Amino acid sequence: MCLIMNSKKNALLIKVGGDFDLVSASVFREKIDKSLDETMCKHLLIDLSRVKFIDSSGLGVILGRYKKIKGNNGVMVIYGANPAVEKILGISGIVPLINVCRSEEEAWKIIDKTEVKEV
Amino acid sequence: MENIVNNRIKLELLSKGENVSLARITIAAFVSQLNLTLNDLEEIKVAVSEAVSNSIIHGYQNETDKFITIIGTLYTDKVEIEVADNGIGIPNIKIAMEPTFSTDPERMGLGFVFMQSFMDEVRVESKVDYGTKVILSKKINSTKENIAVS
Repeated sequence: MCLIMNSKKNALLIKVGGDFDLVSASVFREKIDKSLDETMCKHLLIDLSRVKFIDSSGLGVILGRYKKIKGNNGVMVIYGANPAVEKILGISGIVPLINVCRSEEEAWKIIDKTEVKEV
Repeated sequence: MENIVNNRIKLELLSKGENVSLARITIAAFVSQLNLTLNDLEEIKVAVSEAVSNSIIHGYQNETDKFITIIGTLYTDKVEIEVADNGIGIPNIKIAMEPTFSTDPERMGLGFVFMQSFMDEVRVESKVDYGTKVILSKKINSTKENIAVS
């Protein structure tokens, strides 16, 4: 599992890769929470395009981060899920809660809209 | 016809998180002996991942020195995967299988939901203090040409 992070416009962008299961979920949770605290970013974007596998452990972390971001009045966007991952997202019922889109560009548009609204 | 065992694998793995991926990859390789679609394979991987994760997290309460036994069987018309632990057991299987039920707040209680969505049948046998066995089975659209003519 690999993680790439960067932040801009009050948003933290995380690119996750590999298999997103029980082991990687705990790594992901720790790293992302640490980064959110350090950068004090309000919004969170997660790039799932390199994720080959996800199960309920991986999803639990995504939902947990969503609760955290929402509690801070931020916006969370996930994008780039492959069809297998997308199917899992669909069954889990988190899609109506979390913004799901296809590309990074679309994801930033969602963040931009929110930031403009707030200004 | 349906009870003919074409092949079987038995795995014993320590209840460590690293073994979740080992279990699903091994089972995926095993069931690949059949002519399954990629979609079927992905679904079986998720179901196995959930069952093994449950044994680790719930059955063994994250203790890493216990064994999980996985038996995969290929029948002519279905794949069956049995995941068993000797953990704490489930007091009420019906409640445990409900969506959003989880004893851990970071988890969504979706393990059984995925198993049930992706497999044709999910059977759970459990006894408190003795352990839990989850039997996952998936029908195979056995195209006639896959079966060796005898």
